[in-house]
Amino acid sequence: MSDHSEKQDISRRDFLTKSALASVVIAGVGALAGAGAFSKPAVSPGPSRKYKIGEPEEFPVGTAVKMEKENIFLFHDEKGFYSLTAVCTHLGCIVSQSENGFTCPCHGSEFSKDGAVKGGPAPRALPWLKMSLTPDGKLMVDADQEVAPGTKLEV
Amino acid sequence: MGGVEKPALKQFVNNLKSLPSAASEVLLGGGLPKSDRERSQLSFHNFFLHMQSVRVHKHSLRWSYTLGLGIIAAASFVILVVTGVLLMIYYKPSTELAYFSIKDINYVVAGGRIVRNAHRWAAHIMVISVLLHMARVFYTGSYRRPRELNWLIGLALLIITLALSFTGYILPWDQLGYWAATIGANIAQSTREITDVLGITRILDIGGLQKGFLLGADFVGEEALIRFYLLHCVFLPGALVTLLGVHFWRIRKDGGLCRPENIDRPGTPEYQALEPEEFEPGPSKTYGLMALVGGRRPAALTAPENTVMAWPNLLYAEAAVFMLTLAITLLLGYFLDAPLKEMANPMVPENPAKAPWYFLGLQELVSYSAFMGGIGVPTIVLLSLALVPFLDRKGADAGIWFGGTAGRRVFWQSILFGTVVTVGMLVLTIREGWLRTWFPDIPQLVIIILNPGTVLVALYAWWSIFNIKRHDSIRIGAIAMFTVFLVGFILLTYVAAIHRGPNWRFYWLPSQWPPH
Repeated sequence: MSDHSEKQDISRRDFLTKSALASVVIAGVGALAGAGAFSKPAVSPGPSRKYKIGEPEEFPVGTAVKMEKENIFLFHDEKGFYSLTAVCTHLGCIVSQSENGFTCPCHGSEFSKDGAVKGGPAPRALPWLKMSLTPDGKLMVDADQEVAPGTKLEV
Repeated sequence: MGGVEKPALKQFVNNLKSLPSAASEVLLGGGLPKSDRERSQLSFHNFFLHMQSVRVHKHSLRWSYTLGLGIIAAASFVILVVTGVLLMIYYKPSTELAYFSIKDINYVVAGGRIVRNAHRWAAHIMVISVLLHMARVFYTGSYRRPRELNWLIGLALLIITLALSFTGYILPWDQLGYWAATIGANIAQSTREITDVLGITRILDIGGLQKGFLLGADFVGEEALIRFYLLHCVFLPGALVTLLGVHFWRIRKDGGLCRPENIDRPGTPEYQALEPEEFEPGPSKTYGLMALVGGRRPAALTAPENTVMAWPNLLYAEAAVFMLTLAITLLLGYFLDAPLKEMANPMVPENPAKAPWYFLGLQELVSYSAFMGGIGVPTIVLLSLALVPFLDRKGADAGIWFGGTAGRRVFWQSILFGTVVTVGMLVLTIREGWLRTWFPDIPQLVIIILNPGTVLVALYAWWSIFNIKRHDSIRIGAIAMFTVFLVGFILLTYVAAIHRGPNWRFYWLPSQWPPH
């Protein structure tokens, strides 16, 4: 008996105690991870952010309007249509048009007419949004897709 | 058989007759106690009374030492729980109904207006008293060994208190709440500023993950409201109650409130200040049983007993503070209505969109850099506060306000230094702008690292290290650090509250705001 137990590195009691403790730790970590995974949104419910905004003819050259519901700006100049988001890149407030571009009411970020940061805490420029024509010839803005600044849609 | 029945019935009738006295025996332990001995017995055996010790040191009872701030905070929390549960009867956590259920509470429910107002005012009182309580504990050096753990628990309680206030702010689903939630969630997301610079946002988007957990979606909507409701009504109060229990319990285990070392030593000034009774020292002896409790072991018969019965001395004082807090809450609630703006409108932010007052200092910092102001600087502040008991460990000056005259002088010097530096920085930023005004193409990383907020933190840190060196005392350096941060907090809050107008521009008075 004593001969046998000397060969063992770990006694039966220690083994059982340690396995029991390990099972508690594993259960705890598993429960935490499970609760975390449970509360992480699996799908992001929300309305589609592809907006059909109308016939190109409704917006003649020189148009510069804010679409309140969609939180986007729509412009039309000689080179074509383009759209910028109205959601500030700082903390998500809605910017408004000013003389030289856009300003944000919450923390005073300022952007130039092409969306570049001119002042305030905004970390990056206002994104330009992807514009396209639907098969039935209407203008569409995809607020989830950015394009390079200067990209304009000729119609 | 019949013979046995009769006495049992008689017994039953007798027991019925003696119900009132039996009930009082069980509930009150046989009526209200009449002697100190009975009061201590009841304190031992009653769950609620045993939270504090039977006897309490005279020094801990002095108003000039505690200012009653911890009790005010606890009292306002009790008021918040009661009024909060009442509000839950009518409140509906849905984006369509929430706003109107608040209107119902305000205008239709009997007493609804005062319950909601009292909830609001008690929340303000709780935030203020928790902050001041922390200042009291700090300036009396009460965070030192063996109270490090209770200091850390106190910090956690401060964070939970602020989180409770923030989540509660959102529930009415009015313009204030909606935009506060939007800004809060985007501050959580602003860790992206760092991962963007490092170019690892695609692999490890911590900011997006945090925002997702908070909002349950990409935008502030139904999912977000349910999450804030759950945090406000279940998760955070549960955490607060648990930690508050530990906080109270630790006070007992750490040997009551922190006291000056010499308080029980006859002949010292601290001892004389207590106006002790005449005392004849006897043979030296110590209470062996007290070894079960942490802290110094009181010497028996070598010093007078400077403790008094907690009941009535402490208990009645606590009851008085509670009643005073309740009275102030109800008075404020009766005369001053809690704000309720228009229903949430995702298309038009408030201009200016201001956070609740205790976050306005942060909002000013956020207007320099979202990540640094919203996450970086608060983390630095909380970390330094958490480290204080481990960096300032020894000294005979615990339990004394500012640790003596030198500390008191540094306190006033720090107020002066903090005011000059903070006002100077604000004037520079408001009049001249910041790096981006001078170098429009400056990389965002430079702004994150070098902005008015981080420059102030660096100046404050320099000031406290300078004071450690000048006075050769870590405690004095800690006092200097705490004071300049406090001054910074107050000044930034003041500027954001009074002098920030539409588009976060500077105005001397709200009457100068342009029409919009």
